[in-house]
Amino acid sequence: MDNAAIVGVAQTKYERRKKDQIFADMVFDVTRAALDDAGLGIGDIDSVVTVSNDFFDGRTISGMAVGDACGGEDKNISTVSGDGTFGAFYGLMRVLSGYKATIVVAHYKGSEGSVPITTNGMFDPIFHRHLGLDAISSAAIQANVYMTRYGIREEDMAQVSVKNHGNAKNNPFAQLPMDITVADVMKSRKIAEPLKLLDCCPISDGAAAIIIANEEIAAKGTKKPVWIKGVAHCCEEYFLGDRDLANPVALRDAAKRAYAMAGIKDPVAEIDVAEVLEPFSYMEPLWLEGLGFCKPGEGGQLIGKGMTTMGGKLPVNPSGGALSANPILVAGLARLIEAALQVRGEAGARQVKNADTALAHGFNGPCGQSHCVWIVSGKK
Amino acid sequence: MAEWLKNVEPLTLKGQIAVPYTWWVGETGSRFLISLRDDQKILGTRCKACGTVYVPPRKNCGRCFVDIDEWVDVADEGVIEGYTIVHYAYPVQPVKPPFAYVLIKLDGTDVGFLHLIKNDLGRIKNGLRVKAKFKGERTGSILDIDSFELI
Repeated sequence: MDNAAIVGVAQTKYERRKKDQIFADMVFDVTRAALDDAGLGIGDIDSVVTVSNDFFDGRTISGMAVGDACGGEDKNISTVSGDGTFGAFYGLMRVLSGYKATIVVAHYKGSEGSVPITTNGMFDPIFHRHLGLDAISSAAIQANVYMTRYGIREEDMAQVSVKNHGNAKNNPFAQLPMDITVADVMKSRKIAEPLKLLDCCPISDGAAAIIIANEEIAAKGTKKPVWIKGVAHCCEEYFLGDRDLANPVALRDAAKRAYAMAGIKDPVAEIDVAEVLEPFSYMEPLWLEGLGFCKPGEGGQLIGKGMTTMGGKLPVNPSGGALSANPILVAGLARLIEAALQVRGEAGARQVKNADTALAHGFNGPCGQSHCVWIVSGKK
Repeated sequence: MAEWLKNVEPLTLKGQIAVPYTWWVGETGSRFLISLRDDQKILGTRCKACGTVYVPPRKNCGRCFVDIDEWVDVADEGVIEGYTIVHYAYPVQPVKPPFAYVLIKLDGTDVGFLHLIKNDLGRIKNGLRVKAKFKGERTGSILDIDSFELI
C-alpha cells in the first residue's frame, strides 16, 4: 500500500440535543476545524466522502444536504451510509487511487428521529421486522448468548460502563462523563435483560471530520501525520439466527488482515491504545476477544486485571467510548479521530503515555454484522 | 450557542415520513408463509452442498453460494439458544412489554429462529424446550405464529 496519513481531525461536542445547529451547520464547523487542524485550505482537498443515513436524517440522499457545507460543491463527492470507519475506508481508497486528499465527514442527530423505529428498519421486512426487534433488543439477545456461553456476570459488564464513563471525564467532547459504581449500573432501570440503562449508550447529536491525504499533502500540513499502517473490514451473515452471536468472526477476520498489513504479530504487545465502538457495555469485551487481545470468554476479566484501564498495558476507550456519546455513524469516525489524537500526543487529559501505535474499530449492522479495524502510527 | 437563543424556545418543525410499501415476499417466502397460514406448519430449506437446514427458508446458501431447492418439514418445537426480556415500549412491538425475544433452534434445523415468548417470562432459560402456538386467525405472516410457549 502507498503511504497515506490522517492529517487533520475535528469533532463537535456530543450532546443530547443540539438546538442551535442543523446538519449543515455541524458539518461546516467540523470541516472548517479539520482543515485548520491540518493547516490546509479547502483548495487542497480534491475528494469528499460524507457519512449519513437517509432513514435517520428523514431525507432522501441525505448526503446532498451537507455537500455545500463540506466543500463538496465542485468536487467528487459521494456518501457512505454506514459507520464512519467505513466512510474513512472509502476515503482512503480514493487517496490510494490517485486523489490527493479526501475529507470524510459524518453527521447524526439522534434527537430528531426515533432510534427504535429507525433501527427496526435494519431487519428483514418479511421474517423479522414485524417482531419489533431494534438495535437494543437485538443487542440484548447477543449479550445473553455471550454471557451464558462463558458464565460472565452482569457485574463484569457493569465495570465497562464504570470505566468508560469515568474516562469520559477527561474528554471535553464526551456527552456523559460520570462517576458511577458497579452498584449504580446494577440498580439502573432494566431495558432489555441483561442490559440495564447504564449498560446502554445515550442518544446523541454530533458530527466529526477527518482528512486523509497522500504523502505530498501530508508534507504540506502542519500537524504530525498519522500514518495508516493497516486497515480491513469484513462482514458476516445478515440473519441473527445464522450467526454465532458469541463469536464475532467478521471482526476476527478484519483484525487478522489489518494486523498482517501493519506487520503486527502480537497485538497486545505492539498496540499502545485501542478505541472500540461499544454502544453497549458487553460489546467492549466481546470485541476485544474478536481483536485477539485475549482468549474467547476472557474479555470480561480484562478490566479487573487492570489491562484496559488508563495506566493499564492496553488502555481501551480513553475517550469514554460510545457508552459516553453515541452519535450513530459518527461514533466510529470518533474512534479513529481519538486514535489519531493519541498518536499525535494531543489527547489532552485522556492521553496514553508514549502512544505510537493505536487501533480504532467501528461496526455496522445489528450485533456487529460487519466490522472495520484500523491501525495507525506516528512512524511511516 | 448564541446568547439570544438561550432566552427563547428554539423552534422545531414536526414531520413524519409514512411511505406505503408492498413487498413481494418471493417464491420461497410465499411457500413458508402460506404453510404457516394454511397448515400451521413450519418449513425450512436444506443446502445440498453444506447440509445446513435454514429456517426461515432461504432460496440460496450464502455460505456455499449455490441455489437451494430442497424443502424440509421443520418441527414446531425446539430449544432456546438465547433470549432477552424486553421492558421498554415503542410502537412497532407487536405486544406490550414485558415480553421476550428468543432465538430457538427448532428440531431438525441448523440456525436460530427468532420469535416471541409472552408468558412464563420468569422461567425462561437457555436450553429449555419450547413449542409454537399458532393464531386462530392467520394472514400469511411471521406473526401467524402467535408466540412460543415453554413445554
